[in-house]
Amino acid sequence: MSITNPHKIDTTKLDSIIQSYGSKKSNLIAILQKVQEEYRYLPEDALIYIGTKIEGLSPATVFGVATFYAQFSLDPKGKYEIKVCDGTACHVRGSMPVLNAIKSYLKLKDGQMTTDDGLFSLETVSCLGACGLAPVCVINEKVYPQMTSDAIKVILETLLNGER
Amino acid sequence: MVKELNIDIQKEQEKAHEEIKKQGLRVLVCAGTGCVANGSLKIIDKFRELGADVSTLTDYDKMTIVPTGCHGFCEQGVLVIIPDKHVTYVKVKEADVEEIYESHVKNNQPVERLLYTDPQTQQHVHKNEDINFYAKQTRTALANCGKINAESIDEAIAVRGYEALANVIKEDNPDAVIDTIEKSGLRGRGGGGFPTGRKWRFTAANKGGKSYVVCNGDEGDPGAFMDRSIMEGDPHKLLEGMAIAAFAIGADEGYIYVRAEYPLAIKRLRKAIADAEARNYLGKNIMGSDFSFDLHIKEGAGAFVCGEETALIASIEGERGMPRPKPPFPANKGLFGRPTLINNVETLANIPVIMLNGADWFAKMGTETSKGTKTFALTGEVNNTGLIEVPMGTTLREIVFDIGGGIRNGKKFKAVQIGGPSGGCLTEEHLDLPMDYDNLIKAGAMVGSGGLVVMAEDTCIVEVARFFMNFTQNESCGKCVPCREGTKNMLKILEKIVAGKGEMSDLDLLEDLAQAVKDGSLCGLGKTAPNPVLSTLKYFRDEYIAHIKDKKCPAGVCTAMKKIVIEESLCKGCTKCARTCPVGAISGEVKQPHKIDQAKCIKCEACLTNCPFKAIVLE
Repeated sequence: MSITNPHKIDTTKLDSIIQSYGSKKSNLIAILQKVQEEYRYLPEDALIYIGTKIEGLSPATVFGVATFYAQFSLDPKGKYEIKVCDGTACHVRGSMPVLNAIKSYLKLKDGQMTTDDGLFSLETVSCLGACGLAPVCVINEKVYPQMTSDAIKVILETLLNGER
Repeated sequence: MVKELNIDIQKEQEKAHEEIKKQGLRVLVCAGTGCVANGSLKIIDKFRELGADVSTLTDYDKMTIVPTGCHGFCEQGVLVIIPDKHVTYVKVKEADVEEIYESHVKNNQPVERLLYTDPQTQQHVHKNEDINFYAKQTRTALANCGKINAESIDEAIAVRGYEALANVIKEDNPDAVIDTIEKSGLRGRGGGGFPTGRKWRFTAANKGGKSYVVCNGDEGDPGAFMDRSIMEGDPHKLLEGMAIAAFAIGADEGYIYVRAEYPLAIKRLRKAIADAEARNYLGKNIMGSDFSFDLHIKEGAGAFVCGEETALIASIEGERGMPRPKPPFPANKGLFGRPTLINNVETLANIPVIMLNGADWFAKMGTETSKGTKTFALTGEVNNTGLIEVPMGTTLREIVFDIGGGIRNGKKFKAVQIGGPSGGCLTEEHLDLPMDYDNLIKAGAMVGSGGLVVMAEDTCIVEVARFFMNFTQNESCGKCVPCREGTKNMLKILEKIVAGKGEMSDLDLLEDLAQAVKDGSLCGLGKTAPNPVLSTLKYFRDEYIAHIKDKKCPAGVCTAMKKIVIEESLCKGCTKCARTCPVGAISGEVKQPHKIDQAKCIKCEACLTNCPFKAIVLE
């Protein structure tokens, strides 16, 4: 199968990622994680390329894996990836008002994940295991404990000011 | 026959103790996920900066800051413990470090204001072991968490790390190892409670070719974090447990499957594996014997169902993490088609302790059918939240009221949700029930992985059932139709009830669907997904009926049944609410009291949180 590559994905970069983990089917998830780290999402062309490159895989199986796991995104994520924990402890202690505050501050419509300027993306995750600090938000790996709708707005404002 | 090893573990222990002695005054600072979020890394830096000038120290020639794993008392973080001074400081901020150093480290004057205050007696508590939260615990799997530098193999060795492994290899009797584990009565800590020794025996029966040991570190239950704490706080114990398991069943390769949501655990495990390989405690010809064990880490990618063992195997193989029918069981045909032993993190962390202290020692703890201790993640509306470990058979009352210090803000206890999305609710009538595998099943709940979420009078039980159903519906992999469609429809009904549109016939329908989902699903996710609904229907049917018949949420949580109003006397007419309202439901003139159009209001509460005069209230 010929590889269509309309977005000019850098295949040498993909090759080096595949090589670094080993061109094996069992390494697919690790490879996709690295690709997502590189692009902030999984570009379709990259999925097709990986699916044709690694023995035992097809673009369809790669697509199947990429859509199965919550961590993978086929749409670009924001520069700041906001994760609102909605595990039981966080939920009981009020993670939803925090989520709503972020949505309204970033003016995200229902179903919209990333802001129009690509700065922020928002998602809920089921449990970060920091239940003692509930409710918790994570922005690019940094954990923010005991969030309130006011506190999160201050944090977002600071990040936004840093961008201006 | 006793084998000669090229490593004398006793000597290694002595060396490690010498190293620790050289550290002088040890200051333990918690560096678990929770405390790092609260700024513990800055505290560590600050201490190190102050301690650099050793000339000011009086009783010690040196001070060493030890970043440890999780102490379990996350709510009180950052925790700073100075064992030689018999003190535990809580809620320490970077700005407090200088005072601790000047006052306590240099001049032996404890800093009273940073001590733990007992919520009941209002007294300051100095020693860790006197804090109620810790006093009533029995820590075995968590014994070293928070006491050692989680990134140092020497400190692990000093607390008898790898001693059990060395003994096992020396004695060279895999069957005897399995006997010990069987005799100890240890049961799987991941949820199922299957006897660990028997699982090992089954897998060992297929000895001969390639086989694997897999550690299930995919702790996906929301509200559970015991496995994270063990992986972060005492990773070597897990590695040692896995190596002993591999020796017993004749495996030479292993995988630890860790959720991607636990980056710190992954980092510490990677370092621990590298350190253990460098010492030849893992890898080829361990300690000079003919036993080899290579260990790898596989990161998950966010799928709850991967906690199910056959789904986890599929995920390690690089596929969609969907369960496979059993039989064949993993013990016969598991990872890459080979015999595979899968145990949970906590189960494996218990192995070295059992091997060191003997099966009888372990079996003395717990109840008739459930031996040893169990870790629980105590969270929710309780004063002391955190990670605890208690003997099996401890009552809920001891956990919630003695260790947990009672319900926060003087609220009334309502229920405990145990076992996460697969578990159920326990109510006041269960407070004195000895908690073990079998008693909980009888009560319609389960130990599960050990998430224990305490709910007070203002938690809506129906909303909680909806929350768990939403979770399992999202996480259903879709393979079995009854699970995929059944959970979706159960969720729809619950959403309807929560929205105040439920009918009495919905309750029967919920129970019918629940049975269908349980019967028609392949794996544990589907088989247990209806549990939270069934158990709340059993114990809190009134609350469902109140939502349906009276259109009232007794806990005052469900927004559909609430009304948001502006109190005229408090409203200054600042117009902020009208500007905040996303649907334009608020109107009024400047400096005149405003009004909410209830027909337009979507109850988002944006106005309520934004009102500077607290004039907007829920009714």
